[in-house]
Amino acid sequence: MPKRDDINSVLVIGSGPIVIGQACEFDYSGTQACRVLRAEGVRVILVNSNPATIMTDPDFADATYIEPITPEILETIIAKERPDAILPTLGGQTALNAAIALHERGILEKYDVELIGASFDAIQKGEDRQIFKQLVLDAGAGVARSYIAHTVEEAVGFAGDLGYPLVVRPSFTMGGLGSGFAYTETELRRIVGDGLHQSPTSEVLLEESILGWKEYELEMMRDTADNTVVVCSIENVDPVGVHTGDSITVAPALTLTDREYQKLRDISIDIIRAVGVDTGGCNIQFAINPADGRIIVIEMNPRVSRSSALASKATGFPIAKIAAKLALGYRLDEIPNDITGVTPASFEPTLDYVVVKVPRFAFEKFPAADRRLTTTMKSVGEAMAIGRSFASALQKALRSLEKRDSSFHWGAEPRTVEELLTVAEVPTDGRIVTVQQALRRGATIDQVFEATKIDPWFIDQIVLINEIADQIAAAERLDTDILRTAKDHGFSDAQIGALRGFGEADVRTVRHILGVRPVFKTVDTCAGEFPALTPYHYSSYDQETEVVPSDRRKVVILGSGPNRIGQGVEFDYSCVHASFALSEAGYETIMINCNPETVSTDYDTSDRLYFEPLTLEDVLEVIHAESQSGELVGVVVQLGGQTALGLAKGLEAEGIPILGTTPEAIDLAEERGLFSGILDQAGLLAPRNGVATDYAGAVVVAEEIGYPVLVRPSYVLGGRGMEIVYDSASLADYFTRMAGQGIIGPSHPLLVDRFLDDAIEIDVDAIYDGTELYIGGVMEHIEEAGIHSGDSSCTLPPVTLGRAEIDRVREATLGIARGIGVRGLLNVQFAIGAGVLYVLEANPRASRTVPFVAKALGITLAKAAALIMVGTTIAELKAEGKLPLIDGSRVPMDAPVAVKEAVLPFNRFRTPEGLVVDSVLGPEMRSTGEVMGIDRDFPRAFAKSQLAAYGGIPLTGTVFVSVSDRDKRAIILPMLRLQQLGYSITATEGTAEVLQRNGIRAGIVIKFSEKADEEDVSIVELIRREEVHIVINTPGGRTARADGYEIRAAAVAADLPLFTTIAELSAAVASIDAIRGGFEVTSLQEYALTRTAAL
Amino acid sequence: MSNATTPDRPNPAVLVLEDGRRYEGRAYGSVGQTLGEIVFATGMTGYQETLTDPSYAGQVVLMTAPHIGNTGANDEDMESRRIWVSGFVVREPARIASNFRSTRSLDDDLENGGVVGISGIDTRAITRHIRSAGAMRSGIFSGDRFTLSDGEQLELVRSGAGMRGRNLSDEVSTVEPFSIPAQGERIGSVAVLDLGVKTSTLNHLAARGFEVLVLPQSVTAEHVLSLNPSALFFSNGPGDPAASDLHVDLLQAVLRAGLPYFGICFGNQLLGRALGFRTYKLPFGHRGINQPVLDKTTGRVEITSQNHGFAVDMPIEGVHESRTGFGRVEVSHYSLNDQVVEGIRCLDIPAFSVQYHPESAAGPHDAEYLFDRFRDVVVANRAAAGAGDAK
Repeated sequence: MPKRDDINSVLVIGSGPIVIGQACEFDYSGTQACRVLRAEGVRVILVNSNPATIMTDPDFADATYIEPITPEILETIIAKERPDAILPTLGGQTALNAAIALHERGILEKYDVELIGASFDAIQKGEDRQIFKQLVLDAGAGVARSYIAHTVEEAVGFAGDLGYPLVVRPSFTMGGLGSGFAYTETELRRIVGDGLHQSPTSEVLLEESILGWKEYELEMMRDTADNTVVVCSIENVDPVGVHTGDSITVAPALTLTDREYQKLRDISIDIIRAVGVDTGGCNIQFAINPADGRIIVIEMNPRVSRSSALASKATGFPIAKIAAKLALGYRLDEIPNDITGVTPASFEPTLDYVVVKVPRFAFEKFPAADRRLTTTMKSVGEAMAIGRSFASALQKALRSLEKRDSSFHWGAEPRTVEELLTVAEVPTDGRIVTVQQALRRGATIDQVFEATKIDPWFIDQIVLINEIADQIAAAERLDTDILRTAKDHGFSDAQIGALRGFGEADVRTVRHILGVRPVFKTVDTCAGEFPALTPYHYSSYDQETEVVPSDRRKVVILGSGPNRIGQGVEFDYSCVHASFALSEAGYETIMINCNPETVSTDYDTSDRLYFEPLTLEDVLEVIHAESQSGELVGVVVQLGGQTALGLAKGLEAEGIPILGTTPEAIDLAEERGLFSGILDQAGLLAPRNGVATDYAGAVVVAEEIGYPVLVRPSYVLGGRGMEIVYDSASLADYFTRMAGQGIIGPSHPLLVDRFLDDAIEIDVDAIYDGTELYIGGVMEHIEEAGIHSGDSSCTLPPVTLGRAEIDRVREATLGIARGIGVRGLLNVQFAIGAGVLYVLEANPRASRTVPFVAKALGITLAKAAALIMVGTTIAELKAEGKLPLIDGSRVPMDAPVAVKEAVLPFNRFRTPEGLVVDSVLGPEMRSTGEVMGIDRDFPRAFAKSQLAAYGGIPLTGTVFVSVSDRDKRAIILPMLRLQQLGYSITATEGTAEVLQRNGIRAGIVIKFSEKADEEDVSIVELIRREEVHIVINTPGGRTARADGYEIRAAAVAADLPLFTTIAELSAAVASIDAIRGGFEVTSLQEYALTRTAAL
Repeated sequence: MSNATTPDRPNPAVLVLEDGRRYEGRAYGSVGQTLGEIVFATGMTGYQETLTDPSYAGQVVLMTAPHIGNTGANDEDMESRRIWVSGFVVREPARIASNFRSTRSLDDDLENGGVVGISGIDTRAITRHIRSAGAMRSGIFSGDRFTLSDGEQLELVRSGAGMRGRNLSDEVSTVEPFSIPAQGERIGSVAVLDLGVKTSTLNHLAARGFEVLVLPQSVTAEHVLSLNPSALFFSNGPGDPAASDLHVDLLQAVLRAGLPYFGICFGNQLLGRALGFRTYKLPFGHRGINQPVLDKTTGRVEITSQNHGFAVDMPIEGVHESRTGFGRVEVSHYSLNDQVVEGIRCLDIPAFSVQYHPESAAGPHDAEYLFDRFRDVVVANRAAAGAGDAK
């Protein structure tokens, strides 16, 4: 069937904020979908609460709503826009759940909107475990055997059949509470006993364990004519027991015979048919017993997923794009394969290379968290690499992680084989390196297989890598032969250097003299059978290169690598925007990145795409290849976060032109002494500060400037290692904890600043062209100073700053931009304390807030910055209409207010004992994502941001309040209002007293620190018992701060709204009326029209 | 074109193409010399099935998938009694075999089969070259033969036989006839002309209730008819269909006798010829397990397993008249990649065939329905014949 003619407008639902398990892969899929739909002439209405995404750029839809993804808001949008259909399969589980809710509430029926991509029925069949299980059995495939037990004795009986270990899952508990593996009857009795107690229905599910089985995933697509194709097979190197998102995975599957693979394919086709996905894609996960080949179907997702993004990048087959076309009614054979241009999409890609994906974790941000990898996903990002062999792809992928010790190494290894094998038994971040060390120390393939159940073929490949390392170390000299062998197995210059006892640069020099350089192959979906039109390349040390010469002026853009906390989709947004702007300006854009989730690694984004690690070596080789023709204008390093910025010096040393702010200027901002000079020159103040390289030095500095101090290592992103320290004992403790991380030392000094209590923090994003400064936005933090800007909420325009203050901020930003010599983007953080403006830090690069500014004010800084870097002036950009004439420091009074709120992952992490990790906000960033609320005033915008971030402020219930003395006066009015609104109030004694005297009834509860024994019920227990629904706590002195931490930890664990400033509380109280009245929605395009009209 | 020569590389080998291109790598499998037409196969699974597919006789097969041999070898996945390829070109041979069904390594089979191969070369560069220059003669030289001069090696390659005009049926066919009993309810017998038949094909026919009579390629039409089979089947096989006049004659005779016919691959090309159409050589052929084919009857796409270097020359649209008196003919299936004929169907006699491999092995099982269709044709034909008798 060709395209349907009854669908003229489609509502696309995005996936909301980035959280663990749902990251920017859905920005990639959503962006593709929007592009496809618009190219087909469909009016696109988009809703997504995440402002950092590229899909929410107003250019990608006809009506873009940055609004909370709730059924109520969706209904408001549907009522306003009256779309013909809703496409919910490209926005992750969030969009799918939203679609289910719309169906169940009758909203789809009411407005006569159709679900496309997957019907409600198909979603139900795929998502409901019981229905799905039956459907798998009907397809003649296997599922894990299981029993329901109501008593311990019954469970022991079933265990006889299932064998140990087995999985115990109590019924109807949240988040896997009480579930676990029982390895012995004793353990079974204990776990089942607990589980029966915890289960409200007193029943537990016993399931056979498939731990250690091989795990596979097939990415499928199906159209209305029942044409079904497998886009990609993915094999997990880590066997069953580790979440796919946390596993090292490889595509295509490498350890299946055709007979077994075709069985998986047959089962997959039967399942997708039975589920009824017929206008899109799905993935199906399998476990295979390595001993006898028995196949079990684990689960399916009737939608585009993280794996689909990986499969798209791995094969060149754009799943989301094709899915969007299928949803419009096209058949697979009616859709051309973009890469070949001549063949249809109704085929199965075949690979002549190997793709390896490795997860990136952030356990260093959550020191108390249990690092064992389980079936709950814990990684925050991933890197992908392409090589002509598994060994080379694996080594490239590991170095793409940009993390200490993530790559294989051959230095000292004090542990014995037995110790290493014991460590390797438990899956953790970096297990693959432990395996490598074990093999190096003499462990056999069988021993490693016994310990890890990793397929022996993969283990042997690591043996091979160790053997090549031995050859490199033993070679008489570094000649062409040994270098080619090393490179063919993915060794970096740094690894070769380490094996030979000299530096990376020396290896590179020798290698280049000998002419040993990589060639670049093409990802073409067809293993070379047809010519490829798209220049999507990866390196290999093979013979023939496929880089087509071009005579154009080229700009290389360095991406930001794997997502991590502090460096995520926001940077991809900037890179993609730069690529668009430079392409439009006539440059040939060349993107280098290794993150498969992103829009930047879509072959459609830049003129050329190199899927390569972001290391100096790999980037230099791409630049070399591209320098063989045309003119390399330069490299953009200021948009890809610290990853790209960190390469600037090395590139410059090799004579590569760096666009925009020079590496020396970057140093001016990073290096404390130099930066002080700039501030002095501009007549600006920084909090009293000093630098230290060790504990003793730090104590001297701290005592001189006075506690509390804010300490932070230089050259880190996301506030890594950044803390507020109150005394010398805490400082000693800090140094002990940082010791192993290698982030403080003579070349990386520790910055020690006086911590400004009770100050307002301000973030400014600006661009500077050498003569003119253009402010993108002045953002006022809602939280107290001391919380990382990435974790705090902020408002744009500022809502409590006066014009004079904003003018001072603008002047200060100009002074800093001039002093540093910025050409392009600049982010400055200020604090205003007791009327004094302090400069906290300045970063001459894209910040996380660039996309927020673009969405809130319509000022696209990243595009403008890219053009400034190639010589355009701000005056020219204004004249060409690429920048509004009036910058972001002056926002009209009737302009909307946008509030950004952070989304934190504390709930994902448990200590080894199963407790929630310490969830205190601080100067080190821990949030994974953000949402934006935009409305005509601050209370409404704030309410929307809370709704989008965690479901919003409860409209009834009990409010707990405990504030510092200085805030007591300020809470009276808001608390009175809350009481009038019908909330009951509980407070700590001091606060309660103030409230009572002001005529506000409040119950009294003790602080956690006042607990005398276990029986006492403090506020922490009340929160845990869910007897409190909103928490208000402002920190005071040190002991109060400690109590506050306990309260916050409990509040976060219980998912309660938590207010830590009076400003935020006032906003929240004011917003309650707004919520009760229901929300209005306005698209970014409508806001833009109003702005234009105002000018 | 070759890499810098590296004399101290262990077990050197070289792949030489008839246009003079040379690719140096390591010896793989047997050591020595082999000649054949170089073709590339794009399947990511099923190397054992590929190697043992008789259609590859006379060809040096390059696998585009880089890792080959990972799952070792076993008896079940043999598509015939031996490996048929003349030579084998891979990038990364497995060092160990890992699969619960594996009974030996692929290296064992290659060495025991005397298959000369080469590894560690830029297989993608060669694939791209063949794609643009077309399939051509080639040779692999290792061991003593590696030391021959470039000129001598090229001379040997150029002296080798090309695929055009070549009849290889005799080399791959069974010498003695044999039969396989029907599984389940027997619906009749099928005479299979073994032009290089695969085990999976025979199993599929038997599983559909046919008693399978496998005949050497040299049998006569008289002999076939004397067996009184319910139907005739021509298998896949190597060589140029234009050089198989005797098989065409046999097929025409049996079709005239009114027997239902089903052909696969070579059997499709021979049906085309029997109906009076020409066959021609494709630039580099179709060899893979991801090939999209449109079934014109249902409008559905099948992902098929293919291995052919020749094709039937017939317009894919419309109904055509057989030039040899078999009535109307149409193209039933064609390739969505390049519109090459992938299946033909006679409208006036019970005969049809496909260019691709419904038995797959290796490959997807999308087209297995064709065996059911064949069974239905045979059953219907017998019913019609029975009805005729009754009158």
